[in-house]
Amino acid sequence: MDESAAENVPLNILVADDSDSDRLILKALLKRLGHQVLDAANGHEAVLHFQEGAPDIVLLDALMPSMDGMEAARQIKRLAGERFVPVIFVTSLSEPEDLAGCLEAGGDGFLSKPYNRLMIKAKINAFNRMRLMHQALSDQRDLTNERNRQLLEEQHVARRVFDNVAHTGCLDAANIRYHASPLSIFSGDVLFASPRPAGGMLIFAGDFTGHGLPAAIGAMPIAESFYGMASKGFDGSDILREINQKLVRILPKDMFCCGVMVEVDFAHNQLGVWNGGLPDIWLIRSNMEQYALPSRHLPLGILSADQFNAEMEAVRSQPGDRLLLMTDGVLECANREGQLFGEQGVRNAIESTSAGSHPFDVLMGSIKQFTGQQKFGDDLTLCCVEMVEETGQATLTEEVGLSTLAGPSQWHCDYEIRDNTLGEFNPLPLLLHICMEVPGLRRKSGEIYTLLSELYNNALEHGVLRLPSDWKYTPAGFDRYYSERTKRLNRVSGHYIRFSFQHDLMPSGGRLRVTCEDSGQGFDFQNHPVLQSIDVAQSGPRYGGRGLALLMRLTESIQFHGEGNQVEVVYDWFF
Amino acid sequence: MPIQTRRSHDGQCLIIEIEGRFDFSTHQAFRDAYEHSGAKVSNYIVDLSEATYLDSSALGMLLLLRDHAGGDSAKITIENCNNDVRKILTISNFEQLFTIR
Repeated sequence: MDESAAENVPLNILVADDSDSDRLILKALLKRLGHQVLDAANGHEAVLHFQEGAPDIVLLDALMPSMDGMEAARQIKRLAGERFVPVIFVTSLSEPEDLAGCLEAGGDGFLSKPYNRLMIKAKINAFNRMRLMHQALSDQRDLTNERNRQLLEEQHVARRVFDNVAHTGCLDAANIRYHASPLSIFSGDVLFASPRPAGGMLIFAGDFTGHGLPAAIGAMPIAESFYGMASKGFDGSDILREINQKLVRILPKDMFCCGVMVEVDFAHNQLGVWNGGLPDIWLIRSNMEQYALPSRHLPLGILSADQFNAEMEAVRSQPGDRLLLMTDGVLECANREGQLFGEQGVRNAIESTSAGSHPFDVLMGSIKQFTGQQKFGDDLTLCCVEMVEETGQATLTEEVGLSTLAGPSQWHCDYEIRDNTLGEFNPLPLLLHICMEVPGLRRKSGEIYTLLSELYNNALEHGVLRLPSDWKYTPAGFDRYYSERTKRLNRVSGHYIRFSFQHDLMPSGGRLRVTCEDSGQGFDFQNHPVLQSIDVAQSGPRYGGRGLALLMRLTESIQFHGEGNQVEVVYDWFF
Repeated sequence: MPIQTRRSHDGQCLIIEIEGRFDFSTHQAFRDAYEHSGAKVSNYIVDLSEATYLDSSALGMLLLLRDHAGGDSAKITIENCNNDVRKILTISNFEQLFTIR
């Protein structure tokens, strides 16, 4: 504000003095300076006038009958509340104790009698400047508070929008425990979980550089990609590639997202893990053995598509095993002395987990004990997923009721992938998509996906890659199986996998006939134990007993042709 | 000044020394350090011997430098990291993008 202009604005001044002459002199002086004056003959009157007239500045005589200046000052300051109203004592007192008493009662300064016109003018101006500065500061504070309130409100609305995109998926499943602050999205943390069409789950935890709005905006497309692709049957690697590419495109160069993707396969008792820049993932087996799965990749949003490695690490597992994932916030929890919880804190907590306790509770308890706080900051995300028996797990909600649009009912389709594409491309989402055009099949997406993925994985791993399924039954064999798989996928030239679909309408529904042929050597299906009896379900030279038994349970019929490298299944659905 | 720069004798290498906390507060100074270095510079050394701490925004700044220095063809060495700093670079697998020694 322009000071000189402010000084020329007439003020409303309250004058209280029991001496009529002194009061009149002061009143006249102030009026001549251009101010308006309210006058009172004692403290009591002064307080009344203050309430009615709301003056800008108060001049009080210290000694007055019927409430003295000190008491009047106390009451006036109380009534003024947050508003700064300078109270100046006009007095002939000169003892330090008396003067100090005036200040303690709430007085801001003195004006000594007898009056001097110049001094009065200067004092009034000085106190007015102080008053205006105080006013400007409180206006600014109010404005800041109001802006902050608006910001919080906007964050809550943004949070609701984000929730609609990044619905919590299956984070509430019985085998998942997690901690994520409701506003963690503004600190850059995300946590998603989705059931997969053929059973099992995908879980993603991410931590953006930076926080606030930019992190929240970056998180939106990740949520869309994750949930959209997971429900269509894409696997963890596909989704990671998509997320990485999206983030490279939309984020500024110095922003990226550390993340963990976990593929949970209950049916095959297997975990797939990818860690790019987040703290170690911990696997706590049901027998209390513990393994750290460290970050092996750059965070998402840095490397171009051709440099990005989305390969997931396969981990053998069994019911009761638990996987613990966390963001940096866990390591960065600080105690009162400023020490960090750190990797060691996590390690100690996990090592102290006993058979009867849940590692999630143990770790949360350790953090609370370390920080001495019951509440956590926004940037701490912790999630624990437990391997369980497949039955009773969350599945994608099947769209009930036939669509009013009749989909295709009489159709045929051949699809073949060849050579290097076998090692680079997962055709299952596409094949599922073709089948899902039929409304009657859409309700059975989980079964169709299971059927297609069993056929495809058998054709690829046992047919084309010639990996013996019994390797998977020992820990050493399991690692060998997956390292061989990666190696052999680079040598698939000349090979193919061919799918042939035939769909026909039936009086009571429809029939899907799927033939899957591969370029492998086939197997002796005449003498396969599972094909003799479903009860024998363990190993086989080519088909893991489990997959074959599953196919037999899902379909009307299953037939092998040629050398065993061609499988034909018939799947019926009903209105 | 928490950030000092100097040139190698042949003038082709820009050495950026960071002292204390390497975090968002050094953002502008770090950018200034390499943006006005001129065209003759062909490689960079980020000397972290005096750096006590590095956060994710520092990782972002290193990515900006890498982009400025030519992206995949950038020649950037990060040296003399203490254990904590080294750990953070390792978790993020930055050795895939920078020479760290």
